[in-house]
Amino acid sequence: MSLFRELIFPLIAVVAAFFVGGILILVIGDNPLQAYGLLFGSAFSWPVGIGYTLFYATPLIFTGLAVLVAFRCGLLNIGAEGQLYIGAFATAWVGITFAGLSPWLLIPMCFIAAILGGGMWGAIPGVLKARFGSHEVINTIMLNFIAVALLSYFTQYHYKSPGDPIMQTVPIGEGAHIARLGGFIPGLPEFIPLNLAFVLALICCGLVYIFLWRTKWGYELRATGTNPSAAEYGGISVRKQIIVAMTISGALAGMVGINEVLGYRYRYYDGFSDNYGFTGIAVALLGRNHPVGVIISALLFAILQRGGIPVDAFTEHVTKDIVQVLQGTIILFVAAEAFFRGPFAKFGLLKRSKV
Amino acid sequence: MTEIFSIALIWSTIRLSTPLILAALGGMFSERSGVINIALEGMMLAGAFAAASVTHAVGNPFVGVLAGMAAGLVIALIHAVACINYKADQVVTGTAINILMIGMPAFLSGAFFLSSGSTPQIPKENLIALTPMAIAFVLILITLATWYALYKTPFGLRLRSVGENPEAADAAGVRVARMRYVGVLLSGVLAGVAGAYISIGQSSLFTRNMTSGRGFIALAALIFGKWRPVQTMLACLLFGLTEAVTIQMQGVVKLPSGEDIPVQFIHMVPYLLTIIVLAGFIGSSRPPKAIGIPYQKER
Amino acid sequence: MLELRNITKRFGAVLANDKVNIVVKPGTIHAIVGENGAGKSTAMRIAYGFYKADEGEILVDGKVHDIGTPHDAIAVGIGMVHQHFMLVDTMTVAENIVLGAEPGSGIALDFAKADVEIRRLSEEFKLAVNPHAVIEHLSVGQQQRVELLKALYRHARLLILDEPTAVLTPQEVEEFFSILRRMREQGKTVVIITHKLTEVLAISDEVTVMRDGRVVGRLQTKATNAAELARLMVGREVLLRVEKTPAKTGNAELSVRNLSVTDRGGANSVKDVSFEVRKGEILGIAGVEGNGQTELMEALAGLLSPSQLSGEIRVEDRDITREGARLRRELGIAHIPEDRHRRGLLLEFDLAENSILGVHYRHPIVAYAGTFLDNGAIRRRAVEIIEGFDVRPANPDLPARALSGGNQQKLIIGREFKVDPKLLLVSQPTRGVDIGAIEFIHRKLVGLRDSGCAVLLVSAELEEVTSLSDRLLIIHEGRIVGEVDPRVATIAEIGLLMTRGH
Repeated sequence: MSLFRELIFPLIAVVAAFFVGGILILVIGDNPLQAYGLLFGSAFSWPVGIGYTLFYATPLIFTGLAVLVAFRCGLLNIGAEGQLYIGAFATAWVGITFAGLSPWLLIPMCFIAAILGGGMWGAIPGVLKARFGSHEVINTIMLNFIAVALLSYFTQYHYKSPGDPIMQTVPIGEGAHIARLGGFIPGLPEFIPLNLAFVLALICCGLVYIFLWRTKWGYELRATGTNPSAAEYGGISVRKQIIVAMTISGALAGMVGINEVLGYRYRYYDGFSDNYGFTGIAVALLGRNHPVGVIISALLFAILQRGGIPVDAFTEHVTKDIVQVLQGTIILFVAAEAFFRGPFAKFGLLKRSKV
Repeated sequence: MTEIFSIALIWSTIRLSTPLILAALGGMFSERSGVINIALEGMMLAGAFAAASVTHAVGNPFVGVLAGMAAGLVIALIHAVACINYKADQVVTGTAINILMIGMPAFLSGAFFLSSGSTPQIPKENLIALTPMAIAFVLILITLATWYALYKTPFGLRLRSVGENPEAADAAGVRVARMRYVGVLLSGVLAGVAGAYISIGQSSLFTRNMTSGRGFIALAALIFGKWRPVQTMLACLLFGLTEAVTIQMQGVVKLPSGEDIPVQFIHMVPYLLTIIVLAGFIGSSRPPKAIGIPYQKER
Repeated sequence: MLELRNITKRFGAVLANDKVNIVVKPGTIHAIVGENGAGKSTAMRIAYGFYKADEGEILVDGKVHDIGTPHDAIAVGIGMVHQHFMLVDTMTVAENIVLGAEPGSGIALDFAKADVEIRRLSEEFKLAVNPHAVIEHLSVGQQQRVELLKALYRHARLLILDEPTAVLTPQEVEEFFSILRRMREQGKTVVIITHKLTEVLAISDEVTVMRDGRVVGRLQTKATNAAELARLMVGREVLLRVEKTPAKTGNAELSVRNLSVTDRGGANSVKDVSFEVRKGEILGIAGVEGNGQTELMEALAGLLSPSQLSGEIRVEDRDITREGARLRRELGIAHIPEDRHRRGLLLEFDLAENSILGVHYRHPIVAYAGTFLDNGAIRRRAVEIIEGFDVRPANPDLPARALSGGNQQKLIIGREFKVDPKLLLVSQPTRGVDIGAIEFIHRKLVGLRDSGCAVLLVSAELEEVTSLSDRLLIIHEGRIVGEVDPRVATIAEIGLLMTRGH
């Protein structure tokens, strides 16, 4: 019964969003069923559709986990966008600077760089909140822009190949490339950028679950999130938890860089993120701030992203922008859950959840 | 350096500050009533798109601006309903609106103008044609009007009271939800105008995500200006100036080594200043006390 | 003037008002007395439209009025000063007074007109305040005057005052009473909610006594006395006694020397307090709520920042004044906090997770590599607590939110007992707990004391604190103002110390 309750509101939100999207499609003169058919059909085609869907899901799992960890500590991290850029650049920097090293050394170093980079960028708003009480939402927004400006500077002035018109760094050393899954899975062509980072993302889901629900640190973090006064009473330092949560959150966001830099482009590409950080909020929220939920909702958003392309190509009027419309609407409906709870309360299905 | 600090820089600063001031003053009404508005960006995009589309259709920028206001109002209404009636998290709702408004204009322009996210070019004679002097005059007027409304009218008193202490306001007979609605809707209208100015004032068409973070700069200015009208306007001018300087500098001023001065560092200024102010290093920036908290009567 | 008829109000499962009938005659000062939680404030908040009654009706001047919001109440001439002032701290006195009833036109506030009116009112009722001062810079006494002016400015004919003297010094109380008398002379009607009997006798014309959400007495002040009111309020003539043998006390477990606590606002809420709690005794602290008990207990539990404290706190021979909550727990201090929802429980967590709060990082809860929680051990602990303290329903997987107040409290008590404390700090152990659970909790506390634990008990329930304690201190305005022997002391004697503090 409680599982049913956990599932019902996200499900309703998604259905409602698709309904609203359907009306919009109808208004502009296309057939919603055809559009949705294209959207899901392409995402589930083997091997290309599924390969790309999983590839798109990878960064969203990382950012979804990032938002989840912060949220479980009672914080809203809308800075995953900046954190993932810093992580990506850090990993690219290591990959470029130590290009000659053996993969056995270089890849772990690149991983650590992504984690540390993102973690550090996430720690800043954590420290600011713990030390000065300034709100993490505003600070993470500001840090997003600062990260973008900072990295654009480094890319443009220090790490670009001279004469390259594209804002991207020089390539990382080959020793830093991580394997594409095409090499392991029969039938999956290697041009699909789905790579080991996807496996890493799944592992991270497991680790986050164990951390939050099976260790004393996770207990302290969640206790702080649900009731800081009681946590304090139980001998837990609330300030420390805020910093820890934001650091872990940033580190998880930073790991997007592993997928992007080490597994896909093999360089840092300025402005690569397609709002992964913000979509992460939707992923976590829709996934009920649980790692398993994050995987499921990351897949859903990845399907949308992948499916947007054929919708754009094969319908008369609908463009791939329908994806963002759907994403925004889903978040809106999940956030304003009370909108649906009203009618449900009548049937005794009312459930409080903290969002 | 002289070629940078010129009259042209002042005009450019005014032009670039205009949308910031409009949006920030709008955001002030919302936040002073206790509703966080990080959806300014989305509201500006809605205004920009509606203004460009309608001006393209009817050929009159005045109607275009009205359409921009209306679009901002509609988006603000969504924010208000979610946050006030359904007590949704204000930051999450704002984020949702921002994502929605990246997609929605592009989606609609794809359908109506068969383009990839932009409206057709609008002829020059149909754009907002105001001299920088006139704009400056309008901005000062709006700032003063905001100041007057906030501090010298019953409306302003009530608005501020629901943002500071809704329970006290309620006890004094002020209708909290209604005041918050007004605050959020006003922010939508002003952000809509700000967006309109970007699409049919600074530019001549709407392009995808054309506000490129100005809504967030406006929010930063609002915090930097400590949620007060005149200070907020000055903060917007400062942030507008940084943008103007970066534009003027490009390709003109070189470092001794012959390289361009990296504009990125100037871009960072508004954001860094906001963080510093929020941490309490330059005076203290105290947000309205009840901001972000849905008002719930009884326990 | 005002009549409440058969008012009933529930908050969730709690019946706050049960068919309450109150009649307030015009031109009188009417006192409503009762212990904490008797439903006085709820009834009056309903009259002011702040809450909506589930049943019953409100009559003003003999006519039924539908008062759904404060707006409606103001319209019929009712004003209310809440216990926690309803003022906007960052705005000026004048702004607060006119808020919601602004003079001038819709587009221009006429502060000049407001000033004249405010000055006239302050003159008439001798309520001197500077209209241009900002609220947060005013003393509580001055803020109270602003609240009164606010009501008068709205032409309130009936003023409801919720515990108005709780925040005032004795001198201020005298002055305040003369203001009330002046109001009565001017034809206003005043309702004063209080639990201080001396004040009732000093100021009121008529009294309504409430207990457990019901009206249990309507009296003329002249025709009654403190003893009768106390009996009505408490409900029994004789104090309830808990079965217990004389204490076998040992050495001092806790010694507090010259402890003072500074609030965030800068005021001292605990002033130069010294006492000892010995092994094997229950030391009670009685007092009107808000006299520093909360801060004292939080200071002892390590929940305040060391910079707020001066003086010395020792456990056995160790100075722990600057130590945090975790170390204090490790030294054997357990704490049952006064507000179980705010401090004591993680309401969204299940009972098993709640049962380890405070020991969650130690053996045997943490079993592997000093990091991982041992679910088996957590469950065993939870089940032991649930069985030992009769927590119902006995399901460790339920969220704490699902339990009734009494069962939540038993869970907390069980958890704190489970650590075999040397010193137990316990505040309001039976607040909002049903009768059966109260007796159970009392027996457990006495049992713990008999096993040699030192117990420091704070309770607003006079009955409870006198019957449980072996020694009893009285706290007033942050100071310990006396010690009595609870076996022989009378309510009147203790009450006198509690309210007058001399």
